[in-house]
Amino acid sequence: MKREGMNAGSDMKHGNGADLARRRLLSVLAASLTWPLWPRQAEAQLSLLDPNVLAFARGAEVRRGRVRLTMPPLADNGNTVSLRVVVDSPMSPQDHVKVIALVSSRNPEPNIARFYLGPRAGRADIATRVRLAGSQRVMAVAEMSDGSFWLDSHEIVVTMSACLDESL
Amino acid sequence: MAARIQLPAQARRGEVIEIRLLVQHPMETGYRYDEGGQPIARNVIRTLSCRYAGEEVFRAEMSQGIAANPYLQFTTVALESGDIEFSWVDDEGVAGSERQRLVVTG
Repeated sequence: MKREGMNAGSDMKHGNGADLARRRLLSVLAASLTWPLWPRQAEAQLSLLDPNVLAFARGAEVRRGRVRLTMPPLADNGNTVSLRVVVDSPMSPQDHVKVIALVSSRNPEPNIARFYLGPRAGRADIATRVRLAGSQRVMAVAEMSDGSFWLDSHEIVVTMSACLDESL
Repeated sequence: MAARIQLPAQARRGEVIEIRLLVQHPMETGYRYDEGGQPIARNVIRTLSCRYAGEEVFRAEMSQGIAANPYLQFTTVALESGDIEFSWVDDEGVAGSERQRLVVTG
């Protein structure tokens, strides 16, 4: 009875119903286009506000760019995750990378490692393997010889977390 | 503590060479327990440095966040023939070192 009534109603306002459906479809499509944008921006802000990143920068401004952190988007085993950090720098005595810090957003020890480089490195290009205690954001921050700080961050899904498996 | 080093035997002057280093070490996190339920003390390599002809060209300060058997890859500029030395020390005070000669031509 109710169903019939609804059908009758939609038949009567067939034009409006189709219009509404089209509008809904359009709004969903529009939302699906804009949705991936805000988490990226939010993620960028979160990385710049990470307390361990702030502590490393000692109050200086941390900017995005110049640093490229490469790691897989998904890791089956959090006990060894390969990553690489490349910083865009001439590595000259006047302008070089002094320190690269690796910061975790979720590990019990968030300061994973610091690498001290200099003009003798020739390139600012390091690679290592880290432990990750669960899905999280990993950040690489570079301190330059001019006192500026640059950051890149990477979200990673970790299927089997490090630090939990006691049989290892 | 054994380590495996990969670097070219010789290089041209001014060339940027890649150094790869793998140290055998458990990098014990300090979060695990033994069969008796006693916590296993943390034991990780804190500092690892690389000296080229006596001068430090690279240093890593590490934590338990670095995977067991730490692997490090970095670069240096070939300036003169000399030893490239690696030295490290862990939380228990056990030190290790390795060296390899680099011949620079041209």
